[in-house]
Amino acid sequence: MLDNVIYAWPELLKSLGETFYMLVLTIPIAVAIGTPLGTLLFLTRPDSFLKWPKFYVLLNGVVNLVRSFPFLILMIAIIPFTRLVVGTALGTTAATVPMIINAVPYFARFIEQVLLDVNRGVVEAAESMGANKLQIVWKVLYTEARSGIANAVTIVTVSFLSYSTVAGLVGGGGIGDFAIRYGYYRYQTDVMFVTIVIMVLFVQLFQFTGNFVVRKLDKRL
Amino acid sequence: MIDLRNITKTFATESGPLQAVSDVSLQIGEGDIYGLIGFSGAGKSTLLRTINLLERPDAGTVAVDGEELTRLNLRELRRRRLSIGMIFQHFNLLNNLNVYDNVSFPLEIAKVPKAERRPRIERCLEMVGLSDKAKAYPAKLSGGQKQRVAIARALANEPKILLCDEPTSSVDPQTTGSILAALKDINRELGITIVIVTHEMNVVQAICNKVAVMEHGRVVERFDLHEKNIVPQSPIAQFLFKNEIALETGRETEARYA
Repeated sequence: MLDNVIYAWPELLKSLGETFYMLVLTIPIAVAIGTPLGTLLFLTRPDSFLKWPKFYVLLNGVVNLVRSFPFLILMIAIIPFTRLVVGTALGTTAATVPMIINAVPYFARFIEQVLLDVNRGVVEAAESMGANKLQIVWKVLYTEARSGIANAVTIVTVSFLSYSTVAGLVGGGGIGDFAIRYGYYRYQTDVMFVTIVIMVLFVQLFQFTGNFVVRKLDKRL
Repeated sequence: MIDLRNITKTFATESGPLQAVSDVSLQIGEGDIYGLIGFSGAGKSTLLRTINLLERPDAGTVAVDGEELTRLNLRELRRRRLSIGMIFQHFNLLNNLNVYDNVSFPLEIAKVPKAERRPRIERCLEMVGLSDKAKAYPAKLSGGQKQRVAIARALANEPKILLCDEPTSSVDPQTTGSILAALKDINRELGITIVIVTHEMNVVQAICNKVAVMEHGRVVERFDLHEKNIVPQSPIAQFLFKNEIALETGRETEARYA
């Protein structure tokens, strides 16, 4: 019974490598673009600092629009765009394009919510000290929200480990592709089982690391 | 030092416009500890917040140290705010920063060079008696200690004025004493003008030299507390000076002062 697993093991490692490649591209880019977008969402909300109501309606609408696509449909719908960006619609790198497009608004929404939890009184105290908007964002909002942001990164990472498996359907490789080929087409339940155990371990690891970082950053209790 | 003229501020609420402050003029001299007293909703906090324009009045002018703040643009106003410290009922410390970094915060805002910060922070912490708590996070401090950190923070930029918005309303009576003592020291040693909003007459009597009594957005009476015979005329001032807790229902209180 272990024969199947041993036979598939090199392939499994390669697939895992592809999955991590997707995550390593997707998560940092989602954080890098999603954080400023989420901050803008927060700042331009009605009753917030920046009185740009039209900008908010537009950005909020775009975020909702992208987030309403089921991932698989988004992936197929933007194939022409993917081809434009990476030159091909096939392969692991190509699969990260829709992942990033999905992850950016997702993370932006998280940031907006996390910033909403920051005590308004602290922001007001900073205003009373003569802080400008940039200082308030950097020194107050991000300082007070940092554990929430770390938590958001953890959740997005776990979610996109799951989304990355869909990439297998369009030739993106990764652990999802592996599971379909060995577990579904070849009925190798043992390989499927091992794959699932590995995934569970990784999710546990991500969550454990995330919680550890959140605890380190959070001085509120 | 502080010159408020004909300040009016109206808020839009769900049940229509609410006039929080109506045509109030108030002069506060250098070195005063000036109390603003009244029940909740009297407009005293709103009035206080117009001094550094956290609330911009709909009408009237605010002048501090001879400069009319209501004329300044936002950039100039921010620069002026550096010399007006403020503390709050709920302290409003940055919970993810330790005491030292909280006091450092306004210095970073003011772009004070790093080398100059340390001695100033240490001096401020010493002034409020918290030098030994520099590395502690706010969550580990008592309410009185948090408020003293807030005072140290407000002093970091060497302000001429300290605005206090109900500074003792969320701490117990013993702690109130330690906060008021710190404020009094600051006033005496640094000559900082203090404006303090409160609903407790014993706070006023403990440290203020002058007080304005507010009701329904107006100043109804003012007193110089150094005078020998203070005879309050308005019912609300009489009530506040009586300084007793009367056991009556809210409805009766409302009826009496309506």
